[in-house]
Amino acid sequence: MKRINSYNELFNLLNVEDDLTVSFHHHLRNGDYVLNKTMLELDKLNIKNLTLAASGIFNAHEPIVPLIEKGTISSIYTNYLNGPVAKVVSEGKLKDKLIMQTHGGRPRSIEEGELVIDIAFIAVSAVDKSGNGNGTDGSTVLGALGYSISDVEKAKQVVLITDTVVDELSYVEIDGKYVDYVLVLDEIGDQFLIQSGTTSITRNPVSLKIARDTVSVIEETGYLKNGLSFQTGAGGTSLAVAKYLKKKMIKNNIKGSFASGGITGYLVDMLEEGLFDELYDVQCFDLDAVRSLKKNKNHHLMSASEYANPLTSPIVDKLDIMILGATEIDVNFNVNVTTASDGYIIGGSGGHSDTAAGSKLAIVVTNLVKARTPIIVDEVLTKTTPGKDIDILVTEYGIAINPLRGDLLNKLEDSELKIKTIEELRSIASNLVGKEKRLKKSNDVIGYVEYRDGNIIDKIYKV
Amino acid sequence: MKIAQAGTIESNDALVIVSPSDKLIVEIDSIVFDKFGDAINQVIVDTLKEHQITCKVVVKDKGAYDYTIKARLITALRRAQNE
Repeated sequence: MKRINSYNELFNLLNVEDDLTVSFHHHLRNGDYVLNKTMLELDKLNIKNLTLAASGIFNAHEPIVPLIEKGTISSIYTNYLNGPVAKVVSEGKLKDKLIMQTHGGRPRSIEEGELVIDIAFIAVSAVDKSGNGNGTDGSTVLGALGYSISDVEKAKQVVLITDTVVDELSYVEIDGKYVDYVLVLDEIGDQFLIQSGTTSITRNPVSLKIARDTVSVIEETGYLKNGLSFQTGAGGTSLAVAKYLKKKMIKNNIKGSFASGGITGYLVDMLEEGLFDELYDVQCFDLDAVRSLKKNKNHHLMSASEYANPLTSPIVDKLDIMILGATEIDVNFNVNVTTASDGYIIGGSGGHSDTAAGSKLAIVVTNLVKARTPIIVDEVLTKTTPGKDIDILVTEYGIAINPLRGDLLNKLEDSELKIKTIEELRSIASNLVGKEKRLKKSNDVIGYVEYRDGNIIDKIYKV
Repeated sequence: MKIAQAGTIESNDALVIVSPSDKLIVEIDSIVFDKFGDAINQVIVDTLKEHQITCKVVVKDKGAYDYTIKARLITALRRAQNE
């Protein structure tokens, strides 16, 4: 392991050339300087046809747009794609291909040798003298570094990028034995924007009703029981489900086994109040989660592979209840969280399809219509998560059960909840919004949606 | 007739501004224009016809349903003519 202080020095040591695959993690979220700085420095060397394998791409990554337009970056592998980069890719500016993976599919493909990483650039908040790193010591706090672990273990060359060198780390998450170089920069990110992913619980009464009904359906289907495990997305309605679940668990004297995924202060409270025995943390959404990670011995780090790689018997396969969002859901329960109704890419699976597949009860919570855009459609524009993996849809107009889950339908036979077929909910939505002009897809394929096992389950078309 | 408006630019609502004009002019700025631009235009044209009024209508739409747009337009027309 060699410590260096400039990109020039680094690139003299690394063998940097055309057609390389370079990787990054997204634990700096919208405060990320590392991906931009590194790609712009690579661009100065006039190399081209790089494959960018970044676990997530956000608004903050706007500076790499010109690199896509001129072919410095010609392919992208990612699990989540948003902002200006998503826009130019949607408009067909990426020369070769876009592969949208899942949080479990990515480490699977890296560990299987399908996605070969030449250089992994791994932002860490601090390193020690042996090149070990973590995400919580130092001045810029990132939290858990779960999405970087397969990259570190499998990339041909590994560069840690940090702004802090210490004598001793409070714990080691990145093992120095994998690390070739440590690049020390003045700063790696904007602390305020790193945390901005933090979401607060919605106060919208419609969303709260959806959340309450979701907890009722969990109870009536028999999943509210001792030892339950639970995960939720960070969307407003999803988080509200956690709030009502907590109330119900306290009232019914229920104690859960674990909560997992991206961890928020809300889940930390539930851990500390004894409502869960353990937290499994792949990324920290806020500083409360970071504090807990350092303090609570039952708050565990997990790699993306341990979280969701289908070949490792991951945490997602042990989940009882998973609360998910949807940009669109169709009458066959297929979910789209990849493209908006205008065809532009606005996200991607992240852990959506991993958790849907793994959990025993995968519940999608959403308004029936948002700003005249029906969320329930005849056919999703892009299939992110196959309908067979979704069990229940909860909306403010009623709850639909996937017909594949006859057992749930039986349990809800005498329920006072508004149980409807998904077709009924679809027609309520149609009647509300009126006659809508369908988006015509173009014929130009610009990307592929890869399921967790590596199979291509849909294509993404140019806008 | 004078210039008048009704509505808001909150989600699910529309702001409708009417002003005098010899010929019918409809300007629509909508977050769902691709899907509902034609539908919004139709509601405006039909409602003006019902009220036998020719004027300029500017709509800033945040995903309002047809009945909301119609109600906002009728209110704007009343304000333009009465007060």
